[in-house]
Amino acid sequence: MAKEILQLTVNGQPREDAVAGNLLLIDYLREVVGLTGTKMGCDGGECGACTVLVDGRPRLSCLTLAASSAGRQVETIEGCARGGRMSHLQQAFHEKLGSQCGYCTPGMIMAAEGLVRRTPAPTQAQIRQALGGNICRCTGYVKIIESVEAAAAESAA
Amino acid sequence: MSGRPPPEAPARKKMIGERVPLIDGIEKVTGRANYTADFLTAGALVGRIYRSPHSHARIIRIDVEAARKLPGVVAVITGADCDKTFGILPIAQNEFPLARERVRYRGEPVAAVAARDEASAEAALRLIRMEVEGLPAYYEPAKARVLGAVDLHGDRPGNLERDVHNEFGDLAAGFAAADLVREDSFDCAEVTHVHMEPHAALAEYDAERDRITLHSVSQVPYYVHLMVAQCLGMDTARVRVIKPFIGGGFGARTETLNFEIIACLMARAAGGRVRFKLSREETFLTHRGRPRTQIKLKLGMARDGRLTACACEVVQAGGAYGGYGIVTILYAGALLNGLYDIPAVRYDGYRVYTNTPPCGAMRGHGTVDVRHAFECLLDVMAAELGVDAMALRRRNLLSAPTKTINDLMITSYGLPQCLDWAEQASGWRARKAGLPPGKGLGMACSHYVSGAAKPVHWTGEPHAVVNLKLDFDGGITILTGAADIGQGSSTILAQAVGEVLGIDLTRLSVVANDSRITPKDNGSYSSRVTFMVGNAAIQAAERLKDLLVAAAAKKLDAKPGDIECLGEMYRVAGGQDPGVSLNEVIKEALIDSGTITVKGTFTVPREFQGGKFRGAAVGSSMAYSYAACVAEVSVDADTGTVRVDKVWVAHDCGFALNPLSVEGQVQGAVWMGLGQALSEETCYHAGLPVGANMLDYRVPSIVESPDIEVKIVESMDPNGPFGAKEASEGALSSVIPAIANAVHAAVGARLTRTPMTPDRVLDALVKARRAAASGGLKRSA
Ligand code: FES
Ligand code: FES
Repeated sequence: MAKEILQLTVNGQPREDAVAGNLLLIDYLREVVGLTGTKMGCDGGECGACTVLVDGRPRLSCLTLAASSAGRQVETIEGCARGGRMSHLQQAFHEKLGSQCGYCTPGMIMAAEGLVRRTPAPTQAQIRQALGGNICRCTGYVKIIESVEAAAAESAA
Repeated sequence: MSGRPPPEAPARKKMIGERVPLIDGIEKVTGRANYTADFLTAGALVGRIYRSPHSHARIIRIDVEAARKLPGVVAVITGADCDKTFGILPIAQNEFPLARERVRYRGEPVAAVAARDEASAEAALRLIRMEVEGLPAYYEPAKARVLGAVDLHGDRPGNLERDVHNEFGDLAAGFAAADLVREDSFDCAEVTHVHMEPHAALAEYDAERDRITLHSVSQVPYYVHLMVAQCLGMDTARVRVIKPFIGGGFGARTETLNFEIIACLMARAAGGRVRFKLSREETFLTHRGRPRTQIKLKLGMARDGRLTACACEVVQAGGAYGGYGIVTILYAGALLNGLYDIPAVRYDGYRVYTNTPPCGAMRGHGTVDVRHAFECLLDVMAAELGVDAMALRRRNLLSAPTKTINDLMITSYGLPQCLDWAEQASGWRARKAGLPPGKGLGMACSHYVSGAAKPVHWTGEPHAVVNLKLDFDGGITILTGAADIGQGSSTILAQAVGEVLGIDLTRLSVVANDSRITPKDNGSYSSRVTFMVGNAAIQAAERLKDLLVAAAAKKLDAKPGDIECLGEMYRVAGGQDPGVSLNEVIKEALIDSGTITVKGTFTVPREFQGGKFRGAAVGSSMAYSYAACVAEVSVDADTGTVRVDKVWVAHDCGFALNPLSVEGQVQGAVWMGLGQALSEETCYHAGLPVGANMLDYRVPSIVESPDIEVKIVESMDPNGPFGAKEASEGALSSVIPAIANAVHAAVGARLTRTPMTPDRVLDALVKARRAAASGGLKRSA
């Protein structure tokens, strides 16, 4: 397939890459940009592991064409820590054991990031709603909810 | 020790019993953790597997010529490229990495291609042709066992992989002594692990040196190493197996999997690097999950609720190959014992080959479905006798230390405390009878081994080895082959070493799972790591401490016996001298010796390795965990939907080395059981998996997952590391019957099948209403 120039911003850095029109955003991020923090967990749209933010909103990068992100701001798990400091969500997922094997974690944190940007003090129901498409097979979700709550409280403080 | 420490004495760090976050947690939350598919090795070929579209057939010809000629294709391999079988049990290795002569399930690997890019690999798969002569296929154990059925494996007539018949105690006397005897049948669907990371492997062949390196997703890299060497006909010294971060396992990866060997065969055939990334569908097909299990259970009970006898028949549909099958069917019987005091137990187990993807070990290996049946039947009988379900369990408690009738050694037993807490926390007594219609409370108990007492391969080696390395930089590196699969084993080992040496994590790092560097470990299965590798780590740390104490004694001109280790400081006990820093002690220790390496080992003593009868090793363990669980449910009688509102679970893990981790493990286990209870089930149509994706195979989402309140009970096992036992599996099997019993309490329907999907709940409701109506008729007649 013919390649076209894609211009977009990844974690705040403007980029220009030649990509095929059928390239998925997840493959662009992982293989072209080299950001492998975003994970593939299923054959498309079933698990949420690949969640990234596009213009601040959670998107499944496995169902998104890279080309459709032209001119947009894409954020991945690698962009969350700033200046050697993890985000409140990352810190909370680490300290509260919101992550066990860690495979669902990047998608989970990005989905939660999308939530707390819209809703800085989410209720438990809002957390469940926002993370409803993100499967975790390790934690039983209890500590994921605690992690998001703790991060939101920390951000409010 | 006499005298008081000078006020400025630094405190010894306490590392166990603390809520320590995972030692590798930062990598996970920042996206820096590299899983097998994350190694962006330039130039790696794309590997793909061609799978059988037939359930059962004799292979006449596999035509790969067109695929081979396709531009971009580098190599194509078939069963002709490997005539060695593999399998986890040395006595049951009947699987070829790529099928030869016969295929036995839809999805079985038949050929593989390596190409320069995905598109060429895909196209090559489409060019492969398979000519076969069909054979009758069996998807149900009953059909596989009828007279005249074609045997899947020549050496297993009647498709019976293994039957087990054990009787302990006087069964006839037990049933004769019973005031109440009840029997029922249960049918538990096949379930599968759905670890979030799909399977992947990266194999690299060094043609000049004839060596192979495999990065894979294994829980048992050592066994993978053996099987790779065996199937490639290579000396084990030429094989290197590395396990990077892995995204869960739950038992799926406790045996060598076909794609791991295929990747290595392919790397050698292609003369380079090949990457296999299996799709989610292929990950489902690779399976090794919990078999469909049909159970007939009969229990005898005295009027006061004391169990007098148990007879249990189990049939497991094992799938097409041996795998762990023999162990699974033995586990199902062995752990009928060890939870309660039962004077007589008979067990008949049948492991049957079927033309479906091979089953294997899954969290709670072999024991979960039988425990479900047992706890459900206890509930029925308790109700008939008018004995409260909690009280009934209390009448049947063991008292540790004891040896069960099948020779399991029970050294610590926190079940009574688990029951007490679950009863109180759930408000059992006050709330049980008073809940509104449609709501119910149910309870059940369970247990599990802390490590299989006998390793799969009997090599005479210790069961666990840990190495510690101390060098000029003052850092202590823990070298272990124990596979951290997200359960936190590396963290636990670091805590154990830190505790003995009195230091925190800043000096400690863990290097795990590279066969070239780390000591062999049998792997992460049967909840063995904390117990066995933990004990080995303690011994290694104590040996290192002895060296440091000796060095400190030299430095301080004192006797080693007088030296007190304060972690970062060493000093003469009771003296006023502040002592010397650990850094100085290390420098002293390295004089003449240079880099220090010490080793700790652990072996389960013979008396814990099971009795003398055939199969006795399975189920034997040095310690058992215990759990009691209460579930609160709401049942919608119109739709049949069951919602679990809350779960209380108490788990006796001996001692919580890391309470944060124990809670996480118990919550994860209970939640996984909840999925099996309500929605999880693999489905096949004529052997074709029809729901091999995460939408049809429903693991609970965060939306329908309840709060799970965990109580850690600490019975301080005499042999566990600091008293610890397993924490990751035992609680799983209590929640499924707890939910079933709660559904009965809510709407009066007894379900004997899992999962308890809405249609089955509605069926059970109709049955319950009919029974009530006919009972009512009889009474009025
Ligand atoms: S990878 Fe599963 S939803 Fe995108
Ligand atoms: S932490 Fe393993 S899948 Fe969520």
